[in-house]
Amino acid sequence: MNTVRELLRHLGEFRRDTALTPVWMVGEVVCEMIIPLLMATLIDQGVERGDMGVIGRTAAIMVAVALCGLTFGCLGSVFGSRACTGFARNLRQDQYDNIQTFSFSNIDRFSTPSLVTRLTTDVMNIQNATMMILRMVPRAFSSLIIAMCMAFVVSGTMALIYLGAVVVLGVVLGILMSIAAKYFRRAFPEYDAMNESVEENVTAMRAVKAFAREGMQTRVFKATSKRIYDIFLKAELVLAAVDPIIQATIWGCLLLISWVGSHLIVQDQLTTGDLTSLLMYCMNILMSLVMLSMTIVMITMSSASARRIVEVLRERDDMPSAAHPVTEVRDGSVVFDHVDFAYPAVKPSEHDPAARRRAEAAARFDGRRDKARNALTDVNLSIPSGAVVGVIGGTGSSKTTLVNLIPRLYDVTGGSLKVGGVDVRDYDRNALRDKVAVVLQNNVLFSGTIAANLRWGNPDATIDDCRRACRIACADEFVDRLPDGYEARVEQGGQNFSGGQKQRLCIARALLKDPKVLILDDSTSAVDTGTDARIRRAFANDMPGVTKIIIAQRISSVEDADMIVVLDDGRIDGVGTHAELMASNEIYRSIHDLQTQGGGDFDEAAFDGVAEAGVAEDNQDGKDDSDEEEVR
Amino acid sequence: MPAPGSRNNAGRAAAGAKAARELDHPFRTFMRLIGFVLRLYGWQYCAVIALIVVTIVAQVRGNLFFQTLIDDYITPMLASGGRDFGPLLAAIGSLAAIYALGVAANAASAVLKAFVTQGFLMKLRNRMFSHMQKLPLGYFDTNTRGDVMSLYTNDIDTLRQMVSQSVPQIFNSLLTIVMVLASMVYLSVPLTLVVLVVSGVMVWTTKVLTGKSGTYFSRQQKSVGALNGYVEEMMTGQRVVKAFTHEEAAKARFRELNGKLYEASNNANKFSGFLGPINNQLGYVAYVLSALVGGALAVTGTTGLTLGALVSFLTFVKSFTMPISQVSQQLNSIVMGLAGADRIFKLLDLPEETDAGEVTLVSVREDPSTGALRETDERTDRWGWKDLASGRITPMRGDIRLNDVTFGYVKGKTVLHDMTMFAKPGQKIALVGSTGAGKTTITNLITRFYDIDSGSIAYDGIDVTRIRKADLRRSLGMVLQDTHLFSGSIMENIRFGRLDATDDEVIAAAKLANAHTFIEKLPAGYDTQLTGDGASLSQGQRQMLAIARAAVADPPALILDEATSSIDTRTEALVQAGMDGLMKGRTTFVIAHRLSTIRNADCIMVIEAGRIIERGTHEELIAQRGRYYTLYTGLKGGGSSEE
Repeated sequence: MNTVRELLRHLGEFRRDTALTPVWMVGEVVCEMIIPLLMATLIDQGVERGDMGVIGRTAAIMVAVALCGLTFGCLGSVFGSRACTGFARNLRQDQYDNIQTFSFSNIDRFSTPSLVTRLTTDVMNIQNATMMILRMVPRAFSSLIIAMCMAFVVSGTMALIYLGAVVVLGVVLGILMSIAAKYFRRAFPEYDAMNESVEENVTAMRAVKAFAREGMQTRVFKATSKRIYDIFLKAELVLAAVDPIIQATIWGCLLLISWVGSHLIVQDQLTTGDLTSLLMYCMNILMSLVMLSMTIVMITMSSASARRIVEVLRERDDMPSAAHPVTEVRDGSVVFDHVDFAYPAVKPSEHDPAARRRAEAAARFDGRRDKARNALTDVNLSIPSGAVVGVIGGTGSSKTTLVNLIPRLYDVTGGSLKVGGVDVRDYDRNALRDKVAVVLQNNVLFSGTIAANLRWGNPDATIDDCRRACRIACADEFVDRLPDGYEARVEQGGQNFSGGQKQRLCIARALLKDPKVLILDDSTSAVDTGTDARIRRAFANDMPGVTKIIIAQRISSVEDADMIVVLDDGRIDGVGTHAELMASNEIYRSIHDLQTQGGGDFDEAAFDGVAEAGVAEDNQDGKDDSDEEEVR
Repeated sequence: MPAPGSRNNAGRAAAGAKAARELDHPFRTFMRLIGFVLRLYGWQYCAVIALIVVTIVAQVRGNLFFQTLIDDYITPMLASGGRDFGPLLAAIGSLAAIYALGVAANAASAVLKAFVTQGFLMKLRNRMFSHMQKLPLGYFDTNTRGDVMSLYTNDIDTLRQMVSQSVPQIFNSLLTIVMVLASMVYLSVPLTLVVLVVSGVMVWTTKVLTGKSGTYFSRQQKSVGALNGYVEEMMTGQRVVKAFTHEEAAKARFRELNGKLYEASNNANKFSGFLGPINNQLGYVAYVLSALVGGALAVTGTTGLTLGALVSFLTFVKSFTMPISQVSQQLNSIVMGLAGADRIFKLLDLPEETDAGEVTLVSVREDPSTGALRETDERTDRWGWKDLASGRITPMRGDIRLNDVTFGYVKGKTVLHDMTMFAKPGQKIALVGSTGAGKTTITNLITRFYDIDSGSIAYDGIDVTRIRKADLRRSLGMVLQDTHLFSGSIMENIRFGRLDATDDEVIAAAKLANAHTFIEKLPAGYDTQLTGDGASLSQGQRQMLAIARAAVADPPALILDEATSSIDTRTEALVQAGMDGLMKGRTTFVIAHRLSTIRNADCIMVIEAGRIIERGTHEELIAQRGRYYTLYTGLKGGGSSEE
């Protein structure tokens, strides 16, 4: 009930339409109920007596009533569709707006596909359910009530038969429908399993074919397919009983009425005309009941959608805002003071199997989301404004975590973190993030033009600003070669650009924010070493005052830094210049040795630099681009 | 679930009108579908229809009884003043028996229908899937996952609707229409014409309205698509949205798309909502017109229409117009089902991978006396190619040659030009070159994931097109760059390489691939369950599992696509050691990124824009001072400042 109340709050301007639709529907039903009475008059007093006057008059009234019915019906449709689709529109917008307020840890609770489903399919389900509630239910319900009342007016005894039938049929249908609904609910996970099986197979087709495992995959699929068959068969068999039962009830009633009715007529308690009307009401009442029970089942089946939507609507941003936020970031100094950080134990959304599986799998593997385990422990680091800092360490050493704290994408769990001398929690969040630019590890470009993507950094940036940023990020060399230059189209996810090109555009986008602190999270991994070095040189020359924090796999990317931080398992293992670390730090030295003596990567990126003619060709080998996204 | 009533079908109806325009041969598709059902469940489906007829007959018999109830039973009793309910009781009794029969037939047909529908759907699904397994890879490159999945869910669902509900119901309605029409014609031809005219109007308005709302429904579909695309893109990039404080702009754009969707779906629902009331009231109009015309005819007595006949006629009018509007709505859901069937048949009609299968891979044993190879059922770790026609067995050695191979994924866009290369048994061939040069394509051709346009590929002297595909691929171990893992335990995932491998063999393979150490550290070790493509493993770990998977298959030849960035240096060293272990003693094509791999190769092919521009050993290429040399020295220079 709470869920319903929460949903209703989002009706907004469509309250009036929502309230009026059932009224029109009842109006339509009333007209439809009057017409049979007129028909009876037409036959009894008109046709049977051959009285054309009566026929004409009654026919005129009937047409008038039919027109009324038509008007009510159409009004119901106009108001009803406005109410439902408007309600759906509000639910989508309100969910989306709320998602925009989510912090990173809020986002972690949901999987992307699940959020998409909530915004689209789930809202559609609610829209359809609302349509039924507003139009079908009042229709069926009022016609049931009116027909029942009329039956009582005509003959109390006979009406009692109907009442009995309604109760019996109602109970039987209720039981059957709930059993069927139970089976259908059980069928959904099986459907998911089948989808997963198909999806897995389609994505991994190369592996399946490589090992000639087509037969095995088919066997697995057939097993799932059989389970769906079993469940759906059961559900359908239950439903198969519904139609004959309804029919038996209706026919039983008809027989009973004929028998009892003829007795009453003979005893002069009922007229033959009455009997005809009663036969008509019988159909009316029982069909309405069937309609009602079906819609109720359909509506309850959409309750899962309702719960999922409400969950998104109720989710609150879990990052408290400062009471008197600071809106000015003074300089680019960054100070970690005994910082501890643990990812909040992700409580996956109850209605999101994907998020839940992800959380369970993570727990199964290493329990890194346990509260007990810190991602960062006792980090002390003082970075002066304008410094160049390199961060190096193996996978899972929490490099990304360390830098994510600076623009307050997550809150520290212990100690404090100051940017420009002020604790990050005291800033206005947007002001802080505008001055601390992160180039995230997964490079996301959005569909649109290059210029539009760059202006994410600064909506007011002129084309010259864009050019300047691209020059520093060494992106100008390929953008200028594109026929449309800065107006060139970017496909969804930037698929029409190579990995290295995407990374450089993402860097340029961040530069346009004119940040005080610039963070590159492994953002030049797909850029060849030469260009990488040029980008770093441009940073030093063109933006000396900006603090630059660079996470890298390659020693060559950080060796010139003022300060290199070696992270190991969430702790600082060493801080110093290249020379100092080579002398004193075991981990740093071993990474260095592996990269130089082991024979490093054959620099494919350099090949790309030579070969790429503007936009990377749309080719099958595009899969070579590694868009690996580390799960934190 | 059963259709929730005719009103809700209106939406489907309009969408169906649109689907109708897209169908090429609706009738042919329909017949093919029915043929499919009949082949599988011939007598059952016919029995369903026959039982439905029984039910309808019972229904009609009942209607006839109620028309005569008053005239034949009650009125005589009233007239005679008698109280003899005997005849009535007998009549009701016999009707009850007919009804009982009708209900029984109805129940039987419903039960049969459930079996037929579900069985049909399962068999169709299975056929689709097993057919899909045999399609060439090109199908999976050109169809999105969403499209493929939609075949198994949405399209199958519309078929369910159609086979289990629409077809029987239309049959039911048509039968009713025919029977009622016959009775009406019998009673009065002129009146029947009047009713037919109004029915014509009904069909026409239905057509107009569904057309009108159909435009909006397709616009709604488009809006939904646009909104879906936007949401998906933005949700994927939500972290960037936060990091760039782009929330307000994102909301504004969403509001715009959302508004469009509202507009379209409001109109679509509105127009399809008009359908019910209009058809309903038109039914009454037919009734009124019949009464007026019939009354006039009866009073003037020109056509011999009696008042009694008119009364009967009027009762038929309502039972005539109702199934008409039902049919016009069901037709649309049939059309939608046909559109789904059409897509499914298109999948089933796609040609399978060509697989001549003239040559198969067999285990062989050397005859100690003659030295000849003989086929055996045991696993001997020695393999031979058996030509099925001649029965001749050639030893399998791992000699692979490409002669003048030209290939393009799309016609007219050649990716590889006249490529010639060979690998002698046990040799290691390294392919280097830029992204998109065609390295992966070469491996795709050797494995016959795609077939070449011209030239030839020979494996131990046998044209690969003659070799049974499954055997060809079994002989080539593959470690692909995109490592795909399946839901199941780690043990099962490695065993994917060879299904009859023992646990010990799996563990040995994992050790070879350097994966054993990290697997042992997992809480459940080899029994750890993987979900979602092994998302909880790091890229390096996934790669190691893929190597183990290839190792357990123990193939004579290998194709390796090495992992590139995103693996940290120390993990990469482990992966590399695994790869090296696997390559020992096998013919190997490796798409190499690591200098150490390249340096040790027997031959290095430098590929550029689909052509081999340089080839030779490391030393030879260095001596040539060409592209390879530039890159090699460039790497050394830029890689470390200490040199």
